[in-house]
Amino acid sequence: MKVALTVNGTAFERDVEPRMLLAYFLREELGLTGTHVGCDTSSCGCCVVLFDGERAVKSCTMFAVMADGHEITTVEGLAQGGKLHPLQQAFWDCHGLQCGFCTPGMMLTSVAFLKKNPHPSEGEIREALSGNLCRCTGYQNIVKAVQQAAGELAAEPVAEPVAVS
Amino acid sequence: MFPARFDYLRASSTDEAVAALAQHGGEARILAGGQSLIPAMRFRLARPSVLIDINAIDDLRYLRETGGSLLIGAGTRDAALETSELVTSGYRMIADVSVLVADPVVRQSGTVVGSICHSDPAGDWGVAALAGRAQIVVRGPAGTRTLSADDFLVDSFTTALAENEMALEVQFPRPSEHTSGAFAKLERKVGDFATASAAVQLTLDTSGAIAEAGVAIGAVGAKALRVSEAEQLLRGAKPSKDVIRAAADAARKEADPGSDTRGSAEFKKEMAGVLVARALVSALERLGVGGMA
Repeated sequence: MKVALTVNGTAFERDVEPRMLLAYFLREELGLTGTHVGCDTSSCGCCVVLFDGERAVKSCTMFAVMADGHEITTVEGLAQGGKLHPLQQAFWDCHGLQCGFCTPGMMLTSVAFLKKNPHPSEGEIREALSGNLCRCTGYQNIVKAVQQAAGELAAEPVAEPVAVS
Repeated sequence: MFPARFDYLRASSTDEAVAALAQHGGEARILAGGQSLIPAMRFRLARPSVLIDINAIDDLRYLRETGGSLLIGAGTRDAALETSELVTSGYRMIADVSVLVADPVVRQSGTVVGSICHSDPAGDWGVAALAGRAQIVVRGPAGTRTLSADDFLVDSFTTALAENEMALEVQFPRPSEHTSGAFAKLERKVGDFATASAAVQLTLDTSGAIAEAGVAIGAVGAKALRVSEAEQLLRGAKPSKDVIRAAADAARKEADPGSDTRGSAEFKKEMAGVLVARALVSALERLGVGGMA
């Protein structure tokens, strides 16, 4: 079945089985391995991508065919022109990662969250990230990173994440 | 693991979805948020040979109040409820569910109607539908019909939907000024299915007695269970610690859970009672009746 979609601003078309899950489509058909597969059962959140720029979805629990005609943003699409997205910079600055496995999902979940809630409290950040698991950091620095990014994004709106280049 | 092979159809209208169901019957399933169906397919617990995707039907994505009821369309995602002023101000029990069901990311895809159609005994929306006396509007080739949640939820993963029918909407009657409710859930972690859950909705009369009660429990039986005995005990009673305790005992009696990794049957029965009591205390607090804890 033909799937035509936009990923990080670039149009792709592939012929896949309807049962192919979006996470595997991104990784294996498009080579975008920044989207990780962890629990593979929609519990851990490390496969989160952005759907049509607003909705955070666990891509292990969505079929690629469901994304036909839609726009997906993965972690590879966050940086713009060689400059890290404020969330990426904040994760770097605040040591919001250790092994990095959960990080793409944490960041994409946060992108969607900060669009809806640009000035979140610490509690709201923890709640928003409660569907994303991290086994290294104890979450402290992830929360700090999202707080830092929220401040920067609110102060200086950046362009929508689009093309990798 | 990937699901077994299936054919994928994207419906652009309800007419199209119903026509596809008529054509494929029992082989087909409606795909909305997919947050229950896709995992079930991956575990091969469900093996539809055709999926009819209704995500492109914008007409089914609504959350509004009409004719004294909250109407939730089949395309409406859980996340729409938690940010809805209409829900958070007027439908307290539903508002509770909206922030406890699944996790914040899954709620951006999962749908209320889909959860009810899945009829997982540990799902949250079936319990809420019973306590809130919701109705489900379904459509088939012959037209639409409306079922009570009691009639709709038949058994584990089984509803009253015929093979050629789809659910269009769930309707929750608007709680009056003297009505409030609450939902309580015990879960091991955010996003897990309930170990046990309880939803209640109470209406007080002018004397402060309980005029009407809805009590339901989840994850402790083959399906979401209405606790009729608790409702009868509450109806006509003045709010008191004793009547709360009696209603909780009725829930313990009604609960018929199995033992699994979430707990022993004995523990879950106990929790069904505890959660009914907590939900009643919180519903009464919301009605201005304190001191019940």
